[in-house]
Amino acid sequence: MTDMAVETTGKATMAGDARTRKRHAAERRFRLMGQLAVAIGVLALLGLLASILSNGLSSFRQTYITLEIYLDPGVLDKQGTRDPADIAKITTFGYAPLIKGSLVKVMQDRGVGGEADADMAVALISKEAPAILRNYVLADPSQIGETVEFNLLASGRIDGYYKGRVSMASAELDRNTSPEQLRFADELKEAGILVTRFNWDFFTAPDASDTRPEAAGLGVAILGSAYMMLIVLVLSLPIGVAASIYLEEFAPRNRFTDLIEVNIANLAAVPSIVFGILGLAVFINIVGLPQSAPVVGGLVLTLMTLPTIIIATRAALKAVPPSIRDAALGVGASRMQSVFHHVLPLAMPGILTGTIIGLAQALGETAPLLLIGMVAFVRDYPAAPPEGFFDPASALPVQVYNWTQRGDPAFVERASGAIIVLLVFLLVMNLVAVILRRRFERRW
Amino acid sequence: MKKYLGSCAVVALMLATTGTAAARDQIQIAGSSTVLPYASIVAEAFGENFEHPTPVVESGGSGAGRKKLCEGVGENTIDIANSSSRIKQSDIDNCKANGVNEIQEVRIGYDGIVFASDINGPAFKFTPADWHAALAAKVVKDGQLVDNPNKNWSDVRSDLPEQPILAFIPGTKHGTREVFDEKVLLAGCEENGTMEALKAANNGDEDAAEEACMDLRTDGVSVDIDGDYTETLSRIDANKNAIGVFGLSFYQNNTDKLQVATMSDVEPSVDTIASGEYPVSRPLYFYVKNAHLDVIPGLQEYVEFFVSDEMAGPDGPLAQYGLVSDPELAKTQEAVKNRTPMGPLN
Repeated sequence: MTDMAVETTGKATMAGDARTRKRHAAERRFRLMGQLAVAIGVLALLGLLASILSNGLSSFRQTYITLEIYLDPGVLDKQGTRDPADIAKITTFGYAPLIKGSLVKVMQDRGVGGEADADMAVALISKEAPAILRNYVLADPSQIGETVEFNLLASGRIDGYYKGRVSMASAELDRNTSPEQLRFADELKEAGILVTRFNWDFFTAPDASDTRPEAAGLGVAILGSAYMMLIVLVLSLPIGVAASIYLEEFAPRNRFTDLIEVNIANLAAVPSIVFGILGLAVFINIVGLPQSAPVVGGLVLTLMTLPTIIIATRAALKAVPPSIRDAALGVGASRMQSVFHHVLPLAMPGILTGTIIGLAQALGETAPLLLIGMVAFVRDYPAAPPEGFFDPASALPVQVYNWTQRGDPAFVERASGAIIVLLVFLLVMNLVAVILRRRFERRW
Repeated sequence: MKKYLGSCAVVALMLATTGTAAARDQIQIAGSSTVLPYASIVAEAFGENFEHPTPVVESGGSGAGRKKLCEGVGENTIDIANSSSRIKQSDIDNCKANGVNEIQEVRIGYDGIVFASDINGPAFKFTPADWHAALAAKVVKDGQLVDNPNKNWSDVRSDLPEQPILAFIPGTKHGTREVFDEKVLLAGCEENGTMEALKAANNGDEDAAEEACMDLRTDGVSVDIDGDYTETLSRIDANKNAIGVFGLSFYQNNTDKLQVATMSDVEPSVDTIASGEYPVSRPLYFYVKNAHLDVIPGLQEYVEFFVSDEMAGPDGPLAQYGLVSDPELAKTQEAVKNRTPMGPLN
């Protein structure tokens, strides 16, 4: 139809001359390139997300085995005194036979696992189990002699079997499991002793050593990251905002302030490992703060975040029109009053957005933590703040880094799971930043 | 004003706690990433069975760990350095200069270094001489010292599979590389006679010949991996023709993806390494600062617990994970009990 129109109504108005067509073609090409660029970006993101989700989502589920275990007084308290000091002498190695005995009993009672021997059966259960039993008994020695039901983790390979990571064929070649063991696990599953369910421990449990990937969790890392973010927020927001207000509203414009401005912009681009080196030299070696502690991590990340916050805050202050300041000054307000009563509240959404983006950046940072001893195997939870700031802790990105280096393939799943948790935190923070901006930002 | 007071209080509180926090109650360990899995297994069991907190174990490399150990005495320095190679005289001098006079050397066992390829590929039976002939820059061909012409493993020795040579070996920053250089390349160099030719070419200079033995070809056939074994594994996954160098414990955790090659007809295992039949292995150590033993709570217990039969013995969890138990463990236990500091390096 349009073709017809072009032909009948003449070329001059509808088809355009050669230059117009050329310009239109250029625009079409540009649009196409733009769409292509977006498509490449989206594809890369989707690929990344797909690989992380496919590897990591399974870490939110975990296989457990419910066992009734007889807490044999003959093993745990030979003197029969129920004295906690005596009971504490029995190490976790002493508790392992109890679990074995309980499993053998299950096998006999239910007539399952005919081809499985006791050693193979006990390998179904996480090596963490004796520690759980020991803690239970130490907490309440009166339970010795009772039969108690425990919810124990299944070992990493069995868990992997129900998540599709381990198959009968791979188990044949695997020296850490065997097809017989997997068949036994299947029988336990049918009997309802073995279940796979949501894995809260992944968020609360501490890290675990290489022999028990099934027990590894993010508890210490999340706490460590939270402590550090708290320190970063408490220190960098007031310092950053004060510095920006002074530079933007009060400082004279001269060479010196220009120099400061250039340096702040420069600092924002400095590689983060440099701040780690500084942290090691200043906070640990000179000030004498402890290693691996969130307080040092927080201070280092504060230094790293400050330039981001200052730049964002100055931009937000600049965006407030001068007429607001003039009006305030005109009715007799002091400069400080004009800033704190009028300019700052109007700039607040921009400042908060900048702060949150700075925090999100700090949350994902590993390199500066490497040098101050936070890239470490930490199993004890830090205490409540403020003492906890000085206890050793790990951090979320550090946990990802550590888990990717472990030999057991089950840690690949854990690492991807940790990435998902980190991504969710970042997403929430960025979302809050966007919402704050949308809701409170005023356009002039 | 109220706000100002509040922030003052926070700062004051933080400063006040600095004083109390200085009394460190957990053990700090740093060093080799090869020793890290064993150290974390022990740390975990220690935390579960003793009244003391779980030690903090950092990785970062043997050299970096020893350097940190020698930074000085005091609670903001580490207590133990894990190391996959023996301490060097330069470290000891550095320690002395910083007032760290007594250190204990504790050998925890042996680590086997294995050669493994994709599980679906052909099986390999190597000798050190094969590796030298495959990877060295200069080899002897028809009595002449020439640039390495070998493309396939079958060019190296006719009964090896006809597969292109491609090896992922640990980068020079790894302690494993030293062992590879010494126990495989150098041994192979002597075995296949290249050493003699190199010595002749260097006018009888043995050191220069040894150096030349360990020179690797640079045409992309031997690839240095500076990351860890997980990187080597994923590289093999992407390139099925490759052969990688791994630690025994890493291989034992991935037997469904990797097949191990024999070395001089010995299959690597905890037993063959303990007996010395399998040639490529090395001792693992940790170094304890004696000055900290009575200051940091639990340090002496940790050191004794690490080398106890329960942990480091042939049936302990460390051996299950792939550490080759030290036949002279009893001697180590005795030394640790007496806090015997190490003598001069011999």
